[in-house]
Amino acid sequence: MSLDLDSLINEAGHMVGDTASLDALENVRVELLGKKGRLTGVLKSIGSLPKEEKPAAGQAVNKAKQAVQALIDERRLILEDAALAEKLSADALDITLPGSGAPAGGLHPVTLTIERISALFGQLGFETAIGPEVEDDYHNFEALNIPAHHPARAMHDTFYFDVNRLLRTHTSSVQIRYMKSVEPPLRVIAPGRVYRCDSDMTHSPMFHQVEGLLVDRDIALTDLMGHLEQFLKLFFDQDDCEIRFRPSYFPFTEPSAEVDIRINKGPWIEVLGSGIVHPSVFRSVGIDTEAFTGYAFGIGVERMAMLRYGVTDLRQFFENDLRFLSQFH
Amino acid sequence: MKFSEKWLREWINPPVDTRTLGEQLTFIGLEVDEIVSAAPEMKSVVVARIVNIHQHPDADRLRVCEVDAGGEELIQVVCGAPNARAGLTTALAQVGGRLPDGTKLKKAKLRGQVSMGMLCSAMELGLSEERDGIMELPEDAPVGVELVEYLELDDSIIEIELTPDRGDCLSIRGIARDLSARNDLPLQAHDIAEVPVAVEDQWSVTVDPQSACARFTGRMITGLTPGCSSPGWMVERLRRAGVRSISPAVDITNYVMQELGQPMHAFDADKLQGGIQVRLATPGERLVLLDGRDVALDEETTIIADDRGPIGIAGIMGGESTAVDENTTNIFFESALFLPEEIAGKPRRYASHTESAHRFERGVDPAGQREALEYATSLMCAIAGGKVGPVLDWQEADRMPARVSVLVRRSRLQRVLGISPEPEVVATIFTRLGISNETREEGWQVSAPSYRYDLAIEEDYIEEVARILGYDALPRTSPAHRPVLRPVPENVLSPLASKRLLVGRGYQEVITYSFVEATRQQQLRPDLTALPLANPISSELAVMRTTLVGGLIATLQRNVARQISSMSLFETGLRFLSNETGKPEAELDAYLAAEHGGDQQSDAGVRQQNVIAGLVAGRRHVENWNADDAEVDFYTIKSDIEALFAQANGVQVSYVPTDLAMLHPGQRAGIEIDGQRVGYVGALNPALQQALDLDVMPLVFEMSLHALAASRVPRAAPMSRFPQVRRDIALLVDESVSYQAIVDVIRKEAPAILQDVRLFDVYQGEKVAEGKKSMALGLILQEFSRTLEDKEVEQVVAGIVAALDVAHGAILRV
Repeated sequence: MSLDLDSLINEAGHMVGDTASLDALENVRVELLGKKGRLTGVLKSIGSLPKEEKPAAGQAVNKAKQAVQALIDERRLILEDAALAEKLSADALDITLPGSGAPAGGLHPVTLTIERISALFGQLGFETAIGPEVEDDYHNFEALNIPAHHPARAMHDTFYFDVNRLLRTHTSSVQIRYMKSVEPPLRVIAPGRVYRCDSDMTHSPMFHQVEGLLVDRDIALTDLMGHLEQFLKLFFDQDDCEIRFRPSYFPFTEPSAEVDIRINKGPWIEVLGSGIVHPSVFRSVGIDTEAFTGYAFGIGVERMAMLRYGVTDLRQFFENDLRFLSQFH
Repeated sequence: MKFSEKWLREWINPPVDTRTLGEQLTFIGLEVDEIVSAAPEMKSVVVARIVNIHQHPDADRLRVCEVDAGGEELIQVVCGAPNARAGLTTALAQVGGRLPDGTKLKKAKLRGQVSMGMLCSAMELGLSEERDGIMELPEDAPVGVELVEYLELDDSIIEIELTPDRGDCLSIRGIARDLSARNDLPLQAHDIAEVPVAVEDQWSVTVDPQSACARFTGRMITGLTPGCSSPGWMVERLRRAGVRSISPAVDITNYVMQELGQPMHAFDADKLQGGIQVRLATPGERLVLLDGRDVALDEETTIIADDRGPIGIAGIMGGESTAVDENTTNIFFESALFLPEEIAGKPRRYASHTESAHRFERGVDPAGQREALEYATSLMCAIAGGKVGPVLDWQEADRMPARVSVLVRRSRLQRVLGISPEPEVVATIFTRLGISNETREEGWQVSAPSYRYDLAIEEDYIEEVARILGYDALPRTSPAHRPVLRPVPENVLSPLASKRLLVGRGYQEVITYSFVEATRQQQLRPDLTALPLANPISSELAVMRTTLVGGLIATLQRNVARQISSMSLFETGLRFLSNETGKPEAELDAYLAAEHGGDQQSDAGVRQQNVIAGLVAGRRHVENWNADDAEVDFYTIKSDIEALFAQANGVQVSYVPTDLAMLHPGQRAGIEIDGQRVGYVGALNPALQQALDLDVMPLVFEMSLHALAASRVPRAAPMSRFPQVRRDIALLVDESVSYQAIVDVIRKEAPAILQDVRLFDVYQGEKVAEGKKSMALGLILQEFSRTLEDKEVEQVVAGIVAALDVAHGAILRV
């Protein structure tokens, strides 16, 4: 009997070891341990043994059963691992094939530039305002201390609709509207389209400016220079970035300064005009010139974008060639 | 304004090189545009005189010259210039020399005749743009001297860009004055000798005090030698100032104007008829100008006239009839002051933006007329002899520009500039600038010199201090700031968020011109009135856009031409609806009438509405092995709009029928929020394909940006703990029944337990009858406080089906 069991276990070892799949293993299990299995048969045959032999025989059979079960369990783990490995291998993909593709969208470089300027001045507490593009003579010129026939009007090649209506030549017109609606102290920038009837390699009849205005109790030229210098350095984020201020003239600021920038010892490029708000401008919007002073500036957005992104031809901004635009995100 | 550096250095000669001088100018606000060499580099080009000349034996067009170049022997040179003649003093490039274009001169034989160099034209020497024979130098030019030395060509031409306030710097003297202040160096004295009066000849001049004239000086010079030419140095200096030499009298007026800033005019006295009058023009008067144009004069224009009528527009341009010419022997010089406020606008009116007008518009020194007249007189007599008459000097004292005295407060200076310079420093700067100043306890009592029209208020003088100190010498500071929190509205979406969402969905932002071609726009929106520009740059950019769709279509075409045919584009910005009659804004465009919140109003009879427009064309997906190659359709672009509105909270958007003609009649929709028409979407009408010459037909949308920004602050509602039930139904309806019509019935019929309706299939084809369509809907039902029973669900669904049958004859498919 015990010999029989030993050989049966031995045989079971071979049978289990020979199985190649979980299904085959299950068949072997049924053949050995199932209701009609061989070990079950041996167990049943114990009933016919003499009473005194039964306990020992029962024990031996159960032990054999456990041994066989252990063999099967061990084999199952191996086969399960193998099955998983096979599935994983079958599921393997060429991970270098492209995904479904990202749609190629982007913001216009002028928008990116305006957002960058807004983000920087936003840190100094500047709000954003906008204004109309079809303007009247008063807001674009008169209130900015540029009366009719003022020679400064020759600096602005103006598009007119009729005697009084025109396309704004600068975003400075927003200054007037803003100061009429908000009490100082105030800090505001006004980005937007402006128009001059001039078109060649370096001029576009439409371009963008960001106007800036800060009015407070004691705003001096040195503050203007301090803020603009910080701004330009951070905007361009270049180690070799020189900034120079030089006296200039705008009817709506006094003193006035133009600001040039030079990156990596390239040519000096004018990027903005600025100055201390002219008392006439304050008077036209009802701000007390003794109580407040302020500075104003106007940034040429395309110039900034050209310098920042290495664009060499101004006209590219408005040709909307997708090969050009798709370079900006 | 451009000028010779050497000329300037005659007035002031700071010990700095050209580059530094240029920087100084830029940093005192006289921005240098360009500094170029007065003449290109040349070698061994000398002054020479043709002594003998004879025809080349073997060439009709060439002649053989014997030239005196200062050496012991005459030099033989072959020359083809028609103006070569014996006695002519000209320029010779000698053998071994080099021309500006790099040509090296060698001994040559031309048709058998030896040529030891080349007689040169001004063009060949880079001194002129025009080819007009070999150079004609004055007879007294020293033979053998290098031309560079004789013409002082080792000079630079400095071009500065002057701001309109600095009319005082439109002269060598003016620029020198500013440099003098900058360098604290006095001007070099220029004593202008008065030419003794030799004759009593005087011309009668009457000035109308109502005219633009505040001062008029003039004099006769008689007995000039006709046919004289201007000296070489004068011609050269004028050339470097960009002025062409014409005749001695004209050159002198230009020369004096360049040097002193005083415009002048020379009349041929023999062509004058009676006394000179300075007066306003009378209606109907006309004048033929020096440039040959015949202009009608208006009553606001001051003219110079004689007994026969107008002979010049005051301060702007002289007339043809009294112009000096090569036979002129008697001239009348005018040196006057015309007031800027009276001249302003006139140059534009007469399209005569002359150097003289440019100066009078900006303000000419009221103290300079007589000095300029004397200077011109001395130059004239030096060139052409003549006898000088007495000076006539008329002035209207109370019309002369006044310089008011201003108190410049130390406190104000400190406040505006942010610095507190020593009082003596400030006073010195004022003095150096010719600003008279007296120190007071609070600051300085100042008044401007006669030539500074730009100094009027306290700030003007404060700027002068900063300008001369140099902006770069000032510190950089940061103003004190007490930040306050500002509201962060949650019910308004930022346009940038919408833009970024579209970008995420594959859209490229474009920026197109706000002005467009009228006809093409008219084809898109014939129902809208565009605002035309009075002075457009071209017919392509002539009217303001009434829709942004036009710009997107143009962008599509331009890119299709570059082999890109699939694209999604958007643009934001203003569109402009002309509203001359003052209609209510909503009536200007029935298809996009949204309220004007966020719009830009100027009181100008035009609605300026902030809109966003989009265009899609071509493939729906990026070309890819794993994606289909379906084309974009109505539902593609609609889903982008849905995505835009999905950012907002609690906004009910409906898509309603529209008859907007630019869109495909079967694929177009109006977009409505709360009954307001906020935009439209659809396929471009195929009827436009030919008119717009389109290869690719796009789908477009345009919406109010303001409407897109509307949102609500979220209010959280409690959620049911009980399970949802879903029932799917398939309905057979006429194909004309819209989905919206069905949903409306369902929502109206179903009680509150209906949570959602999901359309999961729409079918038309073989399996359903012709003219019918099948729609499969998932009904999502849920009760808040308990589990729904099957019986209730069946009842609700049956109710819905019955209602759909009644409303639209819908049949439940089984």
